[in-house]
Amino acid sequence: MSSPAPAVRNSATMLRRNLLHARRYPSLTLNLLLTPIMLLLLFVYVFGDTMSAGMSMSSMGMGMGTGTGPGGAGGADRSAYVAYLVPGLLLMTIGSTTVGTAVSVSNDMTEGIVARFRTMPIHRGSVLTGHVIGSVLQSVVSVVLVGAVAAAIGFRSTDATALEWLAALGLLTLFATALTWIAVGMGLISPNAEAASNNALPLIFLPLVSSTFVPIDAMPGWIQPVAEYQPFTPAIETLRGLLLGTEIGHNGWLAPAWCLALCALGYFWSRSVFDKSGRK
Amino acid sequence: MSVMPTSSYDGGTQPPPATSSASSVSAASGSGSVSALPPVSAVSAIGLCKAYGDKTVLDGIDLRIPAGSVFALLGPNGAGKTTTVQILSTLVSADGGQAQVAGHDLATAGRRVRAAIGVTGQFSAVDGLITGEENMLLMADLHLLPRREGRRVAAGLLERFGLTEVARKPASTYSGGMRRRLDIAMTLVGSPRVIFLDEPTTGLDPRSRHNMWQIIRELVTDGVTVFLTTQYLEEADELADRVAVLNNGRIAAEGTPGELKRLVPGGHVRLRFTAPDAYRAAAAALPESTRDDADLTLQVPGDGSQRALRSLLDRLDTAGVEADELTVHTPDLDDVFFALTKETAR
Repeated sequence: MSSPAPAVRNSATMLRRNLLHARRYPSLTLNLLLTPIMLLLLFVYVFGDTMSAGMSMSSMGMGMGTGTGPGGAGGADRSAYVAYLVPGLLLMTIGSTTVGTAVSVSNDMTEGIVARFRTMPIHRGSVLTGHVIGSVLQSVVSVVLVGAVAAAIGFRSTDATALEWLAALGLLTLFATALTWIAVGMGLISPNAEAASNNALPLIFLPLVSSTFVPIDAMPGWIQPVAEYQPFTPAIETLRGLLLGTEIGHNGWLAPAWCLALCALGYFWSRSVFDKSGRK
Repeated sequence: MSVMPTSSYDGGTQPPPATSSASSVSAASGSGSVSALPPVSAVSAIGLCKAYGDKTVLDGIDLRIPAGSVFALLGPNGAGKTTTVQILSTLVSADGGQAQVAGHDLATAGRRVRAAIGVTGQFSAVDGLITGEENMLLMADLHLLPRREGRRVAAGLLERFGLTEVARKPASTYSGGMRRRLDIAMTLVGSPRVIFLDEPTTGLDPRSRHNMWQIIRELVTDGVTVFLTTQYLEEADELADRVAVLNNGRIAAEGTPGELKRLVPGGHVRLRFTAPDAYRAAAAALPESTRDDADLTLQVPGDGSQRALRSLLDRLDTAGVEADELTVHTPDLDDVFFALTKETAR
């Protein structure tokens, strides 16, 4: 029974189960989308003019890179700030969605259904695989929804080619996979759903102190290291570069490196916690 | 004078489980897909040990459960019942000892054990977010049944457990009894040969409990071996062919309910009087009896057999007294349980 077929079929079944949950209770997923969408609207329509005015001279402008300096001539209008904001909010959407993953993994572990799975002749890893694939798909759908809202209020990619769009989608998926594995681990170590949603808070908190809203060099000095040396910032800068043509630079390899490292960390962490929790 | 046996073990009201199951073992193994000979012992364990930190939970458990029988592991809370089930169902590994389930070694053939067993835990392991039917199809998919067969098996089991009408409602809306029934139905999807039921009736109302008992009896008629844990003596008495009393991580006693009851003294005839004179006369005629002066009752040790009863009545006649009420008390599992777990009770 070591052939891959049963493992794949078991994982597919687990994936169907998770997607069924998401379809049956869309409010859980939609609630998680509220944060990025509200932030998008808040920062564009409420703070938008101030934010863009404050940043236009330093680093945003039409160039909108971190260190590219004032690019276009006084293009600090609302649509420019929308463009600046959207890449970060798309990644933040992934962070929010994976909080839901941590909660549902924790629910699974505490409600006894996983104990049942463990006493069945099924592939052990399929429980986690189902969660991860389901959650990544949910993230992609969430990103599309938030992207649609962004497009509705004026977000346009300046010059992205089909290849760049594809790369952007690939980066978003890779990033979602990385955060999902971390969230699965957080869900596994949490004794209940409340603890899981608390433990997963960094996934919401980190994008707030990244280059989502303002360039890093516009931040106070003490927080700049926090903003710079974390997974969101390089991913945001890479996404900006792909969609808006800003300079990507070393972020082009830093972003996937972060993702792969987080994937590996989350995977081995989750597997070890999951296996240990079974064979006490 | 009225003769009414109370709280006596009445073996006549339940079908003889041993014979009904023995005949169906061969039938089940013949029709099943597994061609191996049915093992003589569905479960056998020697010296199972388990400790969590410095707390010893199991301290050398030996078990031998014949295929096709109902075995009850009886014990107070914290005795180690659930741990025993977790070990035998491969959820948890033992620190010491060895065990075979359905002929496969737990340590070396966990996957084969899992393929042969079904487990219904202490707290229902159903997915509350999806419907009963979806839960059943989930099990069918995980057992790699073809889609059509999965639907057929699911529908059949839902029907058998009276869940057809609620099959399309989320399992979280089910009553406690319905959830347990769904839980057992899910367990049966994989056609297990050994079923573990960890406290299957804890928290159920009396009606659901009797319902569950009926279900468990029917399981055995399919040739399945049932390993159940319970803290209810009545339940073990009702269902089990053999009972083991687990106390403080050790098997304190093991045998048929009848054998266990014979382990403890406690059989007696209880005579109740309304007239103090008659009571005193009877007490004088039966010096071996235990007196309860306030209640005007006498307890005369005896096994309640016809011969013992006749001699007792003769002695009362000779003394010229007549009891107003006579009850025969044979020891029940409660007596066994309390006698065996007395030393450690807090």
